[in-house]
Amino acid sequence: MLKPLLAGFLLALTTSASATLPDPYPSTYRPIPSNPVLIRDTTILTGTGERLDDVDLLIVDGKISAIGKAIVAPEHATIVDGKGHWVTPGIIDVHSHLGVYASPGVNANQDGNELTNPVTPNVWAEHSIWPQDPGFGTALAGGVTSMQILPGSGNLIGGRGVTVKNVYANTYQAMKFPGAPWGLKMACGENPKRVYGEKNQAPSTRMGNVAGYRAAFLEAQAYQRSWDKYNAGKDKDDDGKSKDDPPATDLRLETLVGVMKGDIRVHIHCYRADEMSTMLDLAKEFGFHIAAFHHGVEAYKIADRLAAEGVCGALWADWWGFKMESLDGIEENLALVDRPKNGCAIVHSDSPEGIQRLNQEAAKAMAHGARVGINMPPERAIRWLTANPAKALGIDAMTGTLEPGKMADVVVWNGTPFSVYAHADKVFIDGALLYDRDNPRLQPKSDFMLGQGVSP
Amino acid sequence: MKHFSRMPALLAALFLLAGTASAQNVLIRHATVHTAGVRGTLKNADVLVRGGIIRAVGAGLALPSGIAVVEANGRPLTPGLFGGLSDIGLEEVSAEDSTIDSGLAFGSNSQPAQMRPEFDVTLAYNPDSVLIPVARLDGLTFTALSANSGQGGSLIAGQGSVVRLDGKYAAPLGGHLLYTAIGSAADPLGGKSRAGQYMLLDQALREARGRTPYGSPNALLTPAGRETLARYLAGGHVLFNVDRAVDIHQVLAFARRNKLHPIIVGGAEAWKVASELAAANVPVIIDALQNLPDSYDRLGSRLDNAALLHRAGVRVAFTQFEFASTNARKVRQEAGNAVANGLPWESGLAGLTSVPAAALGVGDKVGRIDVGLIGDLVLWDGDPLEVTTLAEQVWMSGKAMPMTSRQTELRDRYLAPPTAMPRAYSGN
Repeated sequence: MLKPLLAGFLLALTTSASATLPDPYPSTYRPIPSNPVLIRDTTILTGTGERLDDVDLLIVDGKISAIGKAIVAPEHATIVDGKGHWVTPGIIDVHSHLGVYASPGVNANQDGNELTNPVTPNVWAEHSIWPQDPGFGTALAGGVTSMQILPGSGNLIGGRGVTVKNVYANTYQAMKFPGAPWGLKMACGENPKRVYGEKNQAPSTRMGNVAGYRAAFLEAQAYQRSWDKYNAGKDKDDDGKSKDDPPATDLRLETLVGVMKGDIRVHIHCYRADEMSTMLDLAKEFGFHIAAFHHGVEAYKIADRLAAEGVCGALWADWWGFKMESLDGIEENLALVDRPKNGCAIVHSDSPEGIQRLNQEAAKAMAHGARVGINMPPERAIRWLTANPAKALGIDAMTGTLEPGKMADVVVWNGTPFSVYAHADKVFIDGALLYDRDNPRLQPKSDFMLGQGVSP
Repeated sequence: MKHFSRMPALLAALFLLAGTASAQNVLIRHATVHTAGVRGTLKNADVLVRGGIIRAVGAGLALPSGIAVVEANGRPLTPGLFGGLSDIGLEEVSAEDSTIDSGLAFGSNSQPAQMRPEFDVTLAYNPDSVLIPVARLDGLTFTALSANSGQGGSLIAGQGSVVRLDGKYAAPLGGHLLYTAIGSAADPLGGKSRAGQYMLLDQALREARGRTPYGSPNALLTPAGRETLARYLAGGHVLFNVDRAVDIHQVLAFARRNKLHPIIVGGAEAWKVASELAAANVPVIIDALQNLPDSYDRLGSRLDNAALLHRAGVRVAFTQFEFASTNARKVRQEAGNAVANGLPWESGLAGLTSVPAAALGVGDKVGRIDVGLIGDLVLWDGDPLEVTTLAEQVWMSGKAMPMTSRQTELRDRYLAPPTAMPRAYSGN
């Protein structure tokens, strides 16, 4: 008696509406084979809050193998003289539209906003990515080793984001970060209500926005109930399968159910403190967690609550004033969001220019924090670019810090990264040297740039 | 450059001067004075401003009585910086049309308007804009107000001028500047072809020369417009927003034929025609962070554009394009990045000071620390091109400007721990 029941239970688990179904577009990313690398005698910001001076870092088989003094180089190891250089984890941008709003910005490359319906959790940003975007290469030169590529913010629920390794490939699947959860892009405020208000359809107000989120999640709850009911059906055949017709799979609601189950991480474009607070209540109403508020220019006003609820603030250093909801931006935002216990501040870009210099963005925010007495040493600020975005993306067990066993996503800088004069000299992804400032052959060029006659 | 440690003592000294803030007299002593002029950098030098004008620059100046003295302690002192081509004071919130006065739009999307070069945005300049203190806090003391053309506008967008960011009504400085554009960004304004843009510009100049009777079919200009354009045929600066190398080449030829004085704005591919620009002695105002092929006019964008232009002998200034008004302060970061990519440091500073001032016809008033120029000065806590450096004090006409803005007021309101009363009662 017990056995068939258990079998039925297991079957129910695997057939229920679930975002944990195998990915139909699975990652084919494989680390590029590399010899061991020993970076000697350098300054390391580990991303865990530590700064280590005059130490070595060893990479073996694409992983951080050891950090310490006088590490013996394994056979065939490439030796990098780290003297005078600084070494950090690879930079992670939690908010990019590379590939979905690619360069050149011609009409054909506008693939980031599915503006035909305000609720499109069925669309996946990965299906818009053009892997030949020249912006991937320039971001790599800025030390970016991973990024989340998101749909735009024209919709209330814009679709799934995907985390990729910043490697050139012919397919996005070959960039897709293995084991990274999907993100769900949602948006507060002006953009959705403007886009749809101009079409004379809902939402045209902020209250319309919230009604839209709630209707979508209520629908997803009903959808989940229909699957629960089907899976709990007593009328089973000999194989334990329900004899009832299964509910139709709904791609929109699959994503939202994935959110409510915690399999898909929620990233919300939201500027104002009051709207972020509404979204925190919405998350409670429907039982999900918000990974990060993006563009939260007013996050400093509710920094304590964000920290207490474990929600990161993905922020710019100095953008403000380009729309009403960005009016209250201040240059101390990152420092103030970082300040409370468990504060999680992230420097994000939302820009193909900004992603190239996230280190400089962080540097600006450090200086402004220091001016108001919030001391922000490099070993702490580097977390804004590495460990914190990794945490928001759910990849912190794999990357984002320099610790033995982690992916060897590593940047060797020409000095402190927190300077306008900083250059990423070498960028390693899973131990492979994929950018070298001193070696033109290790400076990738997208297919698009061939034959364009743009070299001096 | 050495990064100077922050010295609260200096700040305290500055606050003590608050009582004399209305005076237009100041002596700044023992500064590293970056003159942005022929004297280069002067170590341990003093700068005297009296009656709002720089009166003396050099080591060991005598201490006149009754003048506020600021001890710089070796810190860098620069001229007030150029905020690029912006709409500061013309645009309060970028996405809110009701707050924007920088462009005319009489036409429809498909039908470009009659050209109105007489349109002058300086009339709309609002010196009470909250953007002004924000820009000034970062050391920006002058900007070139630009006339814009969007949908329904005209290819010649109109005129602007340099303004000083001192919050006064009488801010305009120097002569007027005329704004136009060539390239795909101006497509809707030129019949969807850049050849159409040259055609329209050429026609407008013929009208301005009186070669077309008033009331001719398809005439582009009003009588006032003809008078305005005629003035630029006789002198005055015409800013061409243009990126593609061959378009820059064409603009130079067009300007030569018509005896115009062009300034290239944008210039993403200017490095390709650097020697031609140098030969024509035409300055270029670039966004030094523009390195992506983000349009078919900018396929040749490079981070070393400024360095390559400089090497060829072209004068380079900086402007911000992404958020030209709200984040005009990012020009400083641009200059630093240009230096990090091969531009000499002095030329990086010049691109924020003396080069734009001279190019825009106000080089005898601002942009350098030299006797006879307006006392617009900035004292920095480190290398002025470095992103971690902040302005300690800005003087305009020798007057110490308040180092506050709407942003610092918001900051101070929320820095404090919460109390039982809402922050609306915080007293600031």
